[in-house]
Amino acid sequence: MAKRIDVSGLSAFYGTTKAIEDISMSIEPRSVTAFIGPSGCGKSTFLRTLNRMHEVIPGARVEGKVLLDDENLYGASVDPVAVRRSVGMVFQRPNPFPTMSIYDNVVAGLKLAGVRKKSLLDGVVEKSLQGANLWNEVKDRLNKPGAGLSGGQQQRLCIARAIAVEPQVLLMDEPCSALDPISTLAIEDLIGELKSQFTIVIVTHNMQQAARVSDRTAFFNLAGVGQPGKLVELDDTQRIFSNPSVQATEDYISGRFG
Amino acid sequence: MTSSSPAAPRGRERRKRDSRVGDKIFMNAARGSGILLLVIMAAIAGFLTWRSGIALSKNEGNFLTTFEWTPDAPKPVFGIAVLAFGTIVSALIAMAIAVPVAIGIALFISHYAPRKIAQPFAYLVDLLAAVPSVVYGLWGALFLVPHLDGLTSWLNDYLGWTYIFDQSRAGTTPRNLFTVGILLAIMILPIITAVSREVFRQVPRMHEEAALALGATRWEMIRTAVLPFGRPGIISASMLGLGRALGETIAVAIVLSSNNVLSLHLLDPGGGTFAQNIALKFNEAQPFGRDALMASGLVLFVITLLVNGAARLIVARRKEYSGANA
Repeated sequence: MAKRIDVSGLSAFYGTTKAIEDISMSIEPRSVTAFIGPSGCGKSTFLRTLNRMHEVIPGARVEGKVLLDDENLYGASVDPVAVRRSVGMVFQRPNPFPTMSIYDNVVAGLKLAGVRKKSLLDGVVEKSLQGANLWNEVKDRLNKPGAGLSGGQQQRLCIARAIAVEPQVLLMDEPCSALDPISTLAIEDLIGELKSQFTIVIVTHNMQQAARVSDRTAFFNLAGVGQPGKLVELDDTQRIFSNPSVQATEDYISGRFG
Repeated sequence: MTSSSPAAPRGRERRKRDSRVGDKIFMNAARGSGILLLVIMAAIAGFLTWRSGIALSKNEGNFLTTFEWTPDAPKPVFGIAVLAFGTIVSALIAMAIAVPVAIGIALFISHYAPRKIAQPFAYLVDLLAAVPSVVYGLWGALFLVPHLDGLTSWLNDYLGWTYIFDQSRAGTTPRNLFTVGILLAIMILPIITAVSREVFRQVPRMHEEAALALGATRWEMIRTAVLPFGRPGIISASMLGLGRALGETIAVAIVLSSNNVLSLHLLDPGGGTFAQNIALKFNEAQPFGRDALMASGLVLFVITLLVNGAARLIVARRKEYSGANA
């Protein structure tokens, strides 16, 4: 069910401010692609254009094309709601619905899609929580509130919620930045397992993390404050961290700036 | 250096002592206000209970089931049946109309309207709260009542089979509990709207985005993230509105044609509420009649307390789902 992503000539705006400019890249199915770069370089903005979440901010808009296999997500007849059903997202801060139980959190997406059959939902809950390595910790308290879990567990609950609808692509926006090292490790292991089923794109500020989990790494940069962010290069992770082709990338990963 | 160092701690100590005095004053002021509130509440309850006791001990009728209100007759008979029925029914009608409309307006302001429209619109709704209730009463009597003739006969014609919308005598002026309910709904709309709006605005952006990212439409996002999060707030807002509807005096007194008829035909003119009855009868009442009115006031007091207690129970029961720890 994983799909390939092809982006061409994509720019994103907040009102009149251009946040990212002319980005083109291809992302292979069943791979992990990491986005790295200094703050404000537009990597999160770019991530949010991949499931049309960018435009939920008032005044935000996008130019360019994003192909999921062969379908342009920004085609005139495409419903952004449908896009978000096939491109899942995990956010920086764990955000399970506070008013829902663990069970209801996992099936929230399915219920939105109109699935009501209890036996089906039960199966999905177990499968998704197992997929998110959370089943053993919560199987006895599925009806307790999701907000009562620890931060790391909440984030894995959010991953379970995202994969429950079986998306083509899973986007992760700094999923570990609010977590302690042990929870971070659990999520990183999970990413390694999930890539056999999903196309995964992850934004991270942690370069070790990018090196550990990703197959390909994209480095974003901006010329200066107020300038739009640009894609500097996208290459195999190993190459980016050992022998990048652009000097700016090497400066960034070796800590000479940013 | 050596000369200034002993002075520094002394200065600090003095500051510390000063702030402790400030702490003490503030603490006592806060505690005093709290105690004062309890004393006032107790005094009201005590006073009402005492005077009610005097009245009730001489009542020749059953206080709970009697329709008449003639405490100053040679043989005093008075009861709250009509008043309790009218108060609760008109408040329920008001809630049934006002709560859904208020939630709709609040959602429109917080989530649908563009900012340029939302601000003035919110201000306009707040202005509704500033209209004195006597003005509402006059507007109700001079405008609403004559213009509700059509709606009344329509309800009678098409929903008459429900019994409650059946008129015993068709074509009577709609100075009835239904009209009062509509008027009260308009009066409590702004407070429910204002409180709900603030609660909806406080829904964390990340919960809304969580719903959107799962493929929720805007309405589905509101249903999964906004309304459940705002539920305790909506309940509190409704209770504020209900409190006003239960206690509204002058507007009801102007609109309702007062009589001691208890009728489930809500479109029949007449009926009464606690507050309206007190306002109408207080001036001409003898001392004993006033005690009787206070007994009815005590009942209203108790009803309001019970309603608020029930609302608190509902909110508390789902506390762990409130989102307060998120």
